[in-house]
Amino acid sequence: MEQTDRAPGTSIGAYITKHIREYGLLFALIAIMAFFQVVTGGVLLKPVNITNLFLQNSYIIIMALGMLLVIVGGNIDLSVGSVMGFIGALAAVMIVSWDMPVLIAGAICLVAGMVIGGVQGYFVAYWKIPSFIVTLAGMLVFRGLSLWLLAGQSIGPFPSSFQSLSTGFIPDLFGVGRPNGLALAVGAVSVGLIVWTGLRARARNTRYGIEDEPWALFLLRNGIVAVALLFVTWKLAWFRGLPNVLLSMVVLTVIYVFITERTIIGRRVYAVGGNAKAAKLSGIRTERLTFLTFVNMGFLAALAGLVFAARLNTATPKAGFAVELDVIAAVFIGGASMAGGAGKIVGAVVGAFIMGVMNNGMSIMGIGIDYQQVIKGLVLLAAVFFDVYNKNKEA
Amino acid sequence: MTALLEMRNITKTFPGVKALDNVTLSVREGEIHAICGENGAGKSTLMKVLSGVYPHGSYDGQIIYDGQPASFAGIRDSEDRGIIIIHQELALVPLLTIAENIFLGNERATRGVIDWPVTFQQTETLLAKVGLRETPGTRVDSLGVGKQQLVEIAKALSKNVRLLILDEPTAALSESDSQALLDLLLELKGQGVTSIIISHKLNEVRRVADSVTVIRDGATISSIDARGGDLTEDRIVRDMVGRDMASRYPERDRRAGDVVFELRNWNVWHPEHADRQVIRDLSMSVRAGEVVGIAGLMGAGRTELAMSIFGRSYGRNISGQALMHGKPVDVSTVDRAIKARMAYVTEDRKTLGLILEETIRRNTVLANFEAVATRGVIEENRETEVAERYRKALRIRTPSVFQKVMNLSGGNQQKVVLAKWLFTDPDLLILDEPTRGIDVGAKYEIYNIINELSAAGKAVIMISSEMPELLGMCDRIHVMNEGRFVGELSAAEASQQAIMSLIVRE
Repeated sequence: MEQTDRAPGTSIGAYITKHIREYGLLFALIAIMAFFQVVTGGVLLKPVNITNLFLQNSYIIIMALGMLLVIVGGNIDLSVGSVMGFIGALAAVMIVSWDMPVLIAGAICLVAGMVIGGVQGYFVAYWKIPSFIVTLAGMLVFRGLSLWLLAGQSIGPFPSSFQSLSTGFIPDLFGVGRPNGLALAVGAVSVGLIVWTGLRARARNTRYGIEDEPWALFLLRNGIVAVALLFVTWKLAWFRGLPNVLLSMVVLTVIYVFITERTIIGRRVYAVGGNAKAAKLSGIRTERLTFLTFVNMGFLAALAGLVFAARLNTATPKAGFAVELDVIAAVFIGGASMAGGAGKIVGAVVGAFIMGVMNNGMSIMGIGIDYQQVIKGLVLLAAVFFDVYNKNKEA
Repeated sequence: MTALLEMRNITKTFPGVKALDNVTLSVREGEIHAICGENGAGKSTLMKVLSGVYPHGSYDGQIIYDGQPASFAGIRDSEDRGIIIIHQELALVPLLTIAENIFLGNERATRGVIDWPVTFQQTETLLAKVGLRETPGTRVDSLGVGKQQLVEIAKALSKNVRLLILDEPTAALSESDSQALLDLLLELKGQGVTSIIISHKLNEVRRVADSVTVIRDGATISSIDARGGDLTEDRIVRDMVGRDMASRYPERDRRAGDVVFELRNWNVWHPEHADRQVIRDLSMSVRAGEVVGIAGLMGAGRTELAMSIFGRSYGRNISGQALMHGKPVDVSTVDRAIKARMAYVTEDRKTLGLILEETIRRNTVLANFEAVATRGVIEENRETEVAERYRKALRIRTPSVFQKVMNLSGGNQQKVVLAKWLFTDPDLLILDEPTRGIDVGAKYEIYNIINELSAAGKAVIMISSEMPELLGMCDRIHVMNEGRFVGELSAAEASQQAIMSLIVRE
């Protein structure tokens, strides 16, 4: 009956058309980087700037991980920028003004973030108030609360132990110094891991007869990723090595990829976003799951708040202002569906990098904040239009 | 009297299904014409052809309206000619006022500015005509269903209606509201409005109709002139159901074991209208290996019954007791109902049964992830094996279990839903319209699966609007109407006539 669904051979062209979104995203990132590399006269990919790229965008990527789950679950969280700012302020008050130990203060901040997310999630999940409204309220509340907490002033500087959360570098275990042996080793090992898991998945898919990407594309895709990874770690090795925050970002990304793709709870979030009624009638506790996506979002917003405050070495009332828009844009550029049920962690991370590279590149070029906003807005629109256009063509 | 409307040899085909096959309908000017037929007989399709929802050219045959051939390209065309259809689900905007609703899309305005005095004035005239004592500024959501129905009719009158079509107008109305509506129809007839009513309630049909057309399986069976005096309910019932059911249902060993499921004094109220009782003091039981049918018309409360049992997914103030294997079980949430080894295959597989964007594999394990996971981590190989096992067992036709279910045909989608529930290893399966919208071949396969399940000692409750299916498959049939069981028939005594009589003579 529906045998027509069988892929018409697995020609490279047909495969790319079918997966145009994933490849499009990867090539878009490469194209944008190449563009800025040229127009900034090679500044973009200088070791110091690559390090900066990670430092500058870490908090967006961290929050995009949580936002992806919220959006896949069929909701949105507008409050993350404010919550991030509020937690930064809270940390500053506790650590700088009250002299609290960094570890304890950090733990309190993370718990506070979860509580904030939980309260918002409670209203969304159990009272069915649209998340747009609940988190819009949260955005105002926590914007106000950070102003109140800081009494309109900036508080800083932080002790160096706190700063290292963001601006620190992992010591070179191999003691080479420059180039940083650890960075090179990590680069090589991760390339190995990525290729190995890719091959393993391929073997498994072939065993179960899933049509898979042609060898040529598999090699090309992995080749690009490998070259990029080695290139980045090579560059980092010639500056100060691996930033701490890069490590936490990578670890978090791996964890969330695992959660979304391999665990019951992760897959249930997709089910709820895809069809909440069917999920509920299949015995899934949809309310609890929605609640948990917000708790998780609050936790990551708090973590982002700490990272951000540590990088600036001060908490300011303006911290986190309009950041939620960058985070949400990153997730949608990464291919998540507004209706919920679809979207990938890797997509959201790449989306965040696209936003980050554009921010960084345009700043280097000295483009004013006015044009930057316009261009970012147009890129978001173009990405989503591309999605919708492809969907319509499929149908 | 001359014919206002003649539909000649109307044939309408959907991919793979002939919904209408040479249907002929003739409505005289100034009469009330009733169309009767089972669910799915093709009544609504015929009305959609008439009103232009299916535009001219998408069907074969001819429509003669008011003496001329008509070729409506859309609803607007038919409305311009005075054909107004009022659907079963009312099409009013609840948050707007009566006046705004009546003139929606047809506003009394000059250059885009609404003339409120004229609007209100005309609304009052129309409301008086339909006998609705409400002010034009009343919001529609504050009216009951009966009054909303009257607003719909007032809206039709505002468009200078000549042919008024009502689809099950009294299905949701109380007895007194129904009477008032029927009186209004007779009154409008006196003023020269021709009406077509689609109705299951034969006592109402007999009361108001001047002639009756019976449709069955997409074809006209009979046209009866009520004024000739040969209109009896028996005649209509016979015409509605009389069809052969030879060998469309596989044979089964009928062997009932112990009682698996029992329901005692089950009461359910409507989730929004707290004063409306949807299920009234129902009790039933199902034995192992038994297939028990629930027959009834739309709105009888069958789906509501099933969903209220299955994790209280419908209704409020639910009272009563559910027992599995003689012990009371907690069915207050869906996962508890699943743990009590119940499964509910929903009526609407696309919106309630499946995640269309997901693969067959993922949908198969949706209700029982734990069985393919260790400490919360899914083992994809086990998951794939499970999906493959059910693909083979239920003969789901697909290139692989990694296909999205949205790409499957209705029959195969239904098999995926069944697979999902079989994987939870239930003792009781509630199947709600298990073969709706799937073709004959796939139906036969679903019947085979049901028989295999009962042979394996499962208890099955089967809800269906297709009476032949119930007759062909069930050991016993409960007949349901307005939230109550109005009769129980054994396989031996059950017939379509017997069921229909229990329903319409209520």
